[in-house]
Amino acid sequence: MMEPPIKTAIHSNQIKKVKRKSSLQRKESLQGYLFIAPWLIGMVFITAGPLLFSFYGSFTNYDITSHMDFIGLKNYIRMFTNDDLFWTSLFNTLYYVVISVPITVVAALLLAVLLNQKVPGMRIFRTIYYLPAILSGVGVYLLWMQLLSPTGLVNTVLDWFGINGPAWLFDPKWTKPALIFMKLWSVGGSMLLYLASLQGVPKSLYEAAEIDGANAFQKFRHVTLPMITPVLFFDLVTSTIGGFQIFQEAYVMSQNGDGGPANSLLFFNLHMWNKAFEVFDMGYAMAMSWILFVIILVLTIINIKLAPRWVHYEGEKNS
Amino acid sequence: MSWPVNQVNYFSSVKAKKRLSTIIILSFLIIGSIVLLFPIWWMLSTSLKSMQEIMQFPPTFFPKEIHWDNYVKTLQSAPFLGYALNTLFITVSVVIANVVMNSFIAYGFSKIYFKGRNALFMIVLSTMMIPGFVTLIPQYVFFSKIGWINTYFPLIIPALFGNAFFIFLLRQYFMTIPNELIEAAKIDGASHFYIWLKLMIPLTKPALATVAIFSFNGAWNDFLGPLLYVNEQYMYTLQIGLAFFKGHVSTEWNYLMAGSLLVLLPVIILFFIFQRYFIEGMNITAGTKG
Repeated sequence: MMEPPIKTAIHSNQIKKVKRKSSLQRKESLQGYLFIAPWLIGMVFITAGPLLFSFYGSFTNYDITSHMDFIGLKNYIRMFTNDDLFWTSLFNTLYYVVISVPITVVAALLLAVLLNQKVPGMRIFRTIYYLPAILSGVGVYLLWMQLLSPTGLVNTVLDWFGINGPAWLFDPKWTKPALIFMKLWSVGGSMLLYLASLQGVPKSLYEAAEIDGANAFQKFRHVTLPMITPVLFFDLVTSTIGGFQIFQEAYVMSQNGDGGPANSLLFFNLHMWNKAFEVFDMGYAMAMSWILFVIILVLTIINIKLAPRWVHYEGEKNS
Repeated sequence: MSWPVNQVNYFSSVKAKKRLSTIIILSFLIIGSIVLLFPIWWMLSTSLKSMQEIMQFPPTFFPKEIHWDNYVKTLQSAPFLGYALNTLFITVSVVIANVVMNSFIAYGFSKIYFKGRNALFMIVLSTMMIPGFVTLIPQYVFFSKIGWINTYFPLIIPALFGNAFFIFLLRQYFMTIPNELIEAAKIDGASHFYIWLKLMIPLTKPALATVAIFSFNGAWNDFLGPLLYVNEQYMYTLQIGLAFFKGHVSTEWNYLMAGSLLVLLPVIILFFIFQRYFIEGMNITAGTKG
């Protein structure tokens, strides 16, 4: 609509047009860079710089104070051949991710479906279900240490059903399930994400399915589920990445970050933390961080490669 | 004559079915609510019990005697008020930095065309995949070499340079604002800075509120940052103070729960104030996607 007057004005002088347009474009580009400049500076100093330092540092015996000698692959070799706790921490982390990610993804989705129903008072229910998700940090960890104490509330409730509850955080077999239990309580964050995407599914699709005689389950399976796969995929990728980096919970819930009974809460990041900031074996810790990076990278790439098989994007439907 | 009767029956049976399903859904929702809220009730009830009552098995659901003095003792045995002020200072700084800077950066990534924009945005996204611990150690080294240990700078200054997740979130939101609006303002002679400040910020309040709430939560609950950079007790934040308090009172659960509740309370209150705004923002986002 605004184009005709500009066009005619430019038409009168061809050379001016080219000049003015390119200078305008250059000005526009310059402003663009100006707007993203804070990120660019941060990218160089807070991300790229440290990344390079960490990569080089992983091949040294850096200890922050005295030396930083190049020692080749020694850190990596030591990790794989001469550090039992490295394998323990890797196992604990994998255990946690493999169990907690599917459980929390499914739970978040189911709760979102439940909260997407049309019943009175839904606003209040959404508030209640989301509330635990905004609570995090040390206060929550202390609360769950109390709830999961051998004679605590959880075991009392289990007792009503005739179940003899375990010692949770004191039993090496039950420490990780205890943490997953706690995570499940705060599943409301991703639930809200699913809820938003459920509400974005066009009603016409459900109406069409109803005309075809689909029941509630069929509608969920063939309409809802495909439509929300992009969010499902996003949640899966981010919670896998997040799961591998579990640290705080274990640090606070085991005595001074020692990794709990029989090292059962010694997660990858906790072991790395102890190496870096307890014994200042920073070269080694940086090498560990790169192993974690590679694991996350590979898993994310696998996730992205597998995505076209099951993730349904609206935009691609017609092509 | 029988036709209308049948119709009435049909409608009433549909209605009954609907009512039944509503009741089933409601009962699920109510049971779930009880399960989810019970831990919070438990925290409150434990914080008001005497140590003697806490030791009882099976535990009591309501405190027999209400000990408000547990809160007084908790506040006396650790300088929680000072911790709260420290945390508030850091949190407010981080929230302001995050809202202003990320919307500024996201504007550049969504409303100005320049060469390499999409490639740079891909880099923004890919930085989300870098585990925090990879850059944590070099950042610690860097901040300690420039003398920032035992200051709040390492906790606040990085927020000035944007956060990949917030940039992504705001960019997605900005994309839904029609470009014609920007073009019209430009023809009227407005600069990009003016358009961002006077047009974009008012138009994207729900998304900015989302960023504010998320970053408030992040900063208020940050444990790792203060643990790493703050050594002096008078500079502790609530999270560190609470963890320290746990070592101090060990298993006196009434004090621990009182302390925990005090730390969580501001978050709970803010949640109830801003929650409607927040859900609204999510709905608008979902609506524009659909």
